[in-house]
Amino acid sequence: MDRSKLFIGNCYAVSPEIVARRFRRIKSVTLKGKPRFSDFNMLPLDWGANVHSWLVMFAKVYPFLEELRLKRMTISDESLELLAKSFPGFKALSLSSCDGFTEIGLKAIASHCRNLTELNIQDSITEEVGGGWLSSFPENFASLQVLNFSSLNGDLNFDDLEKLVSRCKLLRVLKVNDSITLDQLQRLLVHVPRLTELGTGSFLQELTPRQYEEIETAFCNCRNLQVLSGLWEATSLYLPLLYGACASLTFLNLSDVPLHSGEFAKLLAHCPNLRCLWVIDSVEDKGLEAVGLSCPLLEELRVYPADPYDRHHRDGVTELGFLAVSRGCPKLHYVLYFCRRMTNAAVVTIVQNCPDFTHFRLCIMTPCQPDYLTNGPMDEAFGAVVKTCTKIKRLSVSGLLTDQTFEYIGQYAKDLETLSVAFAGSSDWGMQCILEGCPKLRKLEIRDCPFGDSALLSGREKYEMMRSLWMSSCSVTMKGCRLLAREFPRLNVEVIREEGGDEDQAHKVYVYRSVAGPRRDAPPFVLTL
Amino acid sequence: MSIPQEHDYIGLSEPLSSEKISYKMAAAAAEGVTPSLNVEKIGVFNLKETELRLGLPGSEAPDRKGGIGIGVSLFGKELKGESMCVKSFVSGAKRGFSDAINGAGKWGLSINGGSAAGLGENGGSNVKEEIPALKPVEERKNGASITAPASKAQVVGWPPIRSFRKNTLATNTPKKDDAAGKPGPGCLYVKVSMDGAPYLRKIDLKTYCSYPEISAALEKMFSCFTIGQCGQGLAAKEHLSESHLMDLLHGSEYVLTYEDKDGDWMLVGDVPWEMFTDSCRRLRIMKGADAIGLAPRTMQKCKSQN
Repeated sequence: MDRSKLFIGNCYAVSPEIVARRFRRIKSVTLKGKPRFSDFNMLPLDWGANVHSWLVMFAKVYPFLEELRLKRMTISDESLELLAKSFPGFKALSLSSCDGFTEIGLKAIASHCRNLTELNIQDSITEEVGGGWLSSFPENFASLQVLNFSSLNGDLNFDDLEKLVSRCKLLRVLKVNDSITLDQLQRLLVHVPRLTELGTGSFLQELTPRQYEEIETAFCNCRNLQVLSGLWEATSLYLPLLYGACASLTFLNLSDVPLHSGEFAKLLAHCPNLRCLWVIDSVEDKGLEAVGLSCPLLEELRVYPADPYDRHHRDGVTELGFLAVSRGCPKLHYVLYFCRRMTNAAVVTIVQNCPDFTHFRLCIMTPCQPDYLTNGPMDEAFGAVVKTCTKIKRLSVSGLLTDQTFEYIGQYAKDLETLSVAFAGSSDWGMQCILEGCPKLRKLEIRDCPFGDSALLSGREKYEMMRSLWMSSCSVTMKGCRLLAREFPRLNVEVIREEGGDEDQAHKVYVYRSVAGPRRDAPPFVLTL
Repeated sequence: MSIPQEHDYIGLSEPLSSEKISYKMAAAAAEGVTPSLNVEKIGVFNLKETELRLGLPGSEAPDRKGGIGIGVSLFGKELKGESMCVKSFVSGAKRGFSDAINGAGKWGLSINGGSAAGLGENGGSNVKEEIPALKPVEERKNGASITAPASKAQVVGWPPIRSFRKNTLATNTPKKDDAAGKPGPGCLYVKVSMDGAPYLRKIDLKTYCSYPEISAALEKMFSCFTIGQCGQGLAAKEHLSESHLMDLLHGSEYVLTYEDKDGDWMLVGDVPWEMFTDSCRRLRIMKGADAIGLAPRTMQKCKSQN
């Protein structure tokens, strides 16, 4: 096979050795590691997905490697050093939701990767990373096109950053962390007016009128801006600074800055071309009404909770906000919506307004919450989604749900690839409907549902055609898992053991197909059956 | 600089016991100063400290607003256990915040949304318009709705939000993750701003064990800016009277304040260390002069609670 790009959706589905034998000239590798629920602390640390053994192999077999994109993997400083020194043509490093490294590793990358065009670190956990790595780029280094360190903690030497940015004439993506102030940002923007993606630093600073004007001008000069994020602590006083840069914005990411509806609406008025909007629910339904009015081209909306653990659920958005968006944004096809209440009727209307949903992720934040008007289950809501939205690929369900929801999904969601279920269902039958009904299912993640061994085993023929199954806090037993493992040697059936839990219960089960056999690096709390 | 143990519990590593609460309340009452908002908060926090859990619907947990909180572990680390460090206090010769902290007594400083302290002009979307009413502490019940799984002690990972999202209304607070049972490198980053300084700093609250430590560290961090001398003679005072407050604020050029989970601005030093790290969202080194404007309101609050 002669392709040069490798995509491995589950790093344990295959091994470095097998890959090395199979593919000869690889220039680009994408590797994904931990199951998605690790984002929510449901996986112990040191569960695995360490990239090091892969890099050791790549260093031997793929000297021309140019790109490495990792998601939910652990990468140590040692690995980063190995990476930096093993591939002279290395160009692009992208770390999404990764962990395990410090500035030492980043220093190695900066010092040794002479041809680096992309350094993209997103949502990654690090200890406080000092800013020294940025100063490690050589004096004549100028090839960077993408620089994203928005999720790194730590201060930087701003002068070094400024020098770097001024040298890199091809820089089109710049996302800084919140240690960068507004006036520092202005100094950076002056060097890169052709930026297409900008992540600002802190947006809260006492400014002199002159500074305010300079910053405003700098933003006005960013005529090519398509993506904007960051804006930490921005308030109504500072948001107007942005207005001049918003005309060509297609993606506005406000998920780091809780705004009120008024200032949010004013900002939206300057963004007529938005296709993608991420926002915090502090804007409330009123803010979402403004979305419906101002963003006719909107295709994707994500509403995050400002206060996810507030038990009294007073604030935030409701079904009304979602309805308002659906009325004004007929092209909406991707939604992630955290809310405190919802009704079946609203969802029915919403999908009638927007029948093209491919991704429908609804999170009613109180588990098992019923339709607040009828006090009944939310089955009909999701029934409507799968009946009306024939192209649905990804679904996250929530609220009070019986097996009926899963009957609907199994019956209608024929293109469904990813399903996330929490605190839902009445019996094994529910899970069985899914496993028997959704031919294209690839990823199934379930937590806190009354599904047991019978449900688990009903999908036995299917798991080899899927990427993975996650089940936690359900009613699966070790016995059921062993049965599955015995019958299907090409499946890895892993149980993560709980301390002091019931020995017969399988609290966390992760099932995935693999040609590499059981993990060789499994920590003691991971049992491969 | 040692802290007289029997006078206040700042810096002690034991969890707050109800005994101590009543001692303080009694003493405060005797002095004619109502402990006010704080002590009630302390009561609430105390219960919360022992309950690191979210119940499912039907089971009620003590009210808790804000913060990445109960039952969610950033790195599976038990906060209480880990912070029992026995580091010696930094006995700095230099006076600075230390005195302010030691002498701060038991009052809280709440800032309203249009305050003169400079927050108002920034709009302060994080600052509420009125002083929030205290929420009552609820007893935990163990009922569960019919379709919910058998009542669980905690809901880790729910709602499904990335724990390290910089959501600006919450701090990264590591809590015990029962499922993991493994400690990890948790961190408690909060921003520190100083009036007049051109940049913010971030510190990891977990690297400190006590108020004197953090104040010494901050002094070092911001030492390039003028830090005046704090008020004197307050270390021995346990309860704050109006005149003491005035002394403190007039005497010092800078005052260390923090924003807690409810969005209130408090003076650093008036709650037990653990409670502080639990609720502190960010720190602000405020000019004493700005804080003075808040003092009458604070004293009023103390009195009105009577």
